[in-house]
Amino acid sequence: MADLPPFQTLIDEHATEVMAVLRGAVGREGAEDAFQETFLAALRAYPGLRDDRNLRGWLVTIAHRKAIDHHRARGRAPVPVAEVREEAFTDPDPADGTIWEAVAALPPKQRAAVTLRFASDLPHEEIAAALGCSPAAARRSLHEGLKRLRKEIA
Amino acid sequence: MTATIDKPVTKKSLEALRDRAAAEGLLDVAYATADSPFGTLLLAKTPRGLVRLGLPGEDAEAMLVDLAGRISPRVLEDPARLDEERRELDDYFAGRRHAFELPIDWQLSNGFLLRARQGIAAIPYGETRTYTDLARTAGNERAVRAAGSACSRNPIPLVVPCHRVLRSDGSLGGYAGGLEMKERLLELEQAP
Repeated sequence: MADLPPFQTLIDEHATEVMAVLRGAVGREGAEDAFQETFLAALRAYPGLRDDRNLRGWLVTIAHRKAIDHHRARGRAPVPVAEVREEAFTDPDPADGTIWEAVAALPPKQRAAVTLRFASDLPHEEIAAALGCSPAAARRSLHEGLKRLRKEIA
Repeated sequence: MTATIDKPVTKKSLEALRDRAAAEGLLDVAYATADSPFGTLLLAKTPRGLVRLGLPGEDAEAMLVDLAGRISPRVLEDPARLDEERRELDDYFAGRRHAFELPIDWQLSNGFLLRARQGIAAIPYGETRTYTDLARTAGNERAVRAAGSACSRNPIPLVVPCHRVLRSDGSLGGYAGGLEMKERLLELEQAP
């Protein structure tokens, strides 16, 4: 078993980023719950973790799964437009809100790929691992997602 | 309200996380710092009790890494969970408390060292013993050196008061927090 650092280190170093990823993936409302679920799941699995070389990637992967759970639990496609508009209305930074609104409206795989690439700065291989698909498929999702975003925002 | 973008993870959500972790039995080691007249202490406890106390000058980070390896990597900072320990130590430093009631987790001590340290815990406030006394209490009068290391590598100084153990000639011996601290603790305990 790997010599794992105290779990607190993971919170200190990666909590901010995990929260940012979750905000991108499920929106501000759901992010708090998903954040709790992510770190509890990580804490549960932590002592059995064999490879401590990419703890950040590991956490982001869990966050992504929790984001998918969140959407599944709501039993519908990503945040409906009406609701998102409402949120953006109270958002202190409309410029920032617009882009996340558009990201949140993407189909799940594309949204995940975009979030993992740009909010978490993961390489294609890790995005593929997080999504459970091939690197080529991850690249395609990212590409499609970006194409759609450019169209939306332009 | 200020934008949450600057501080995306609030204190409240970290607190909620710690509480849920503890409720699910996932908080194996909780730690916190505590102020003392000698400097900052590091306190660490398991669900069973206080397991480690770091004196000022000890490397806190190395101590946490060591606990992660020896007990469990589920180590979380959780000041609220150590309120009782902090309160008893405050009272001790103020001269108001002569005996600790907080539960102790002895899991970092075994065999002779465990017996010796439990012997140290039984030395009353304001009294001292020699390393030889301690070796005898632990069941092996000739193991004076081992009694010395029961003190020098004591995981829970102050609460297991190894500062009350001296050399046979009355000289101080050693102390992880420095000899001056040992001397001042003994003086504190002599105060009326």
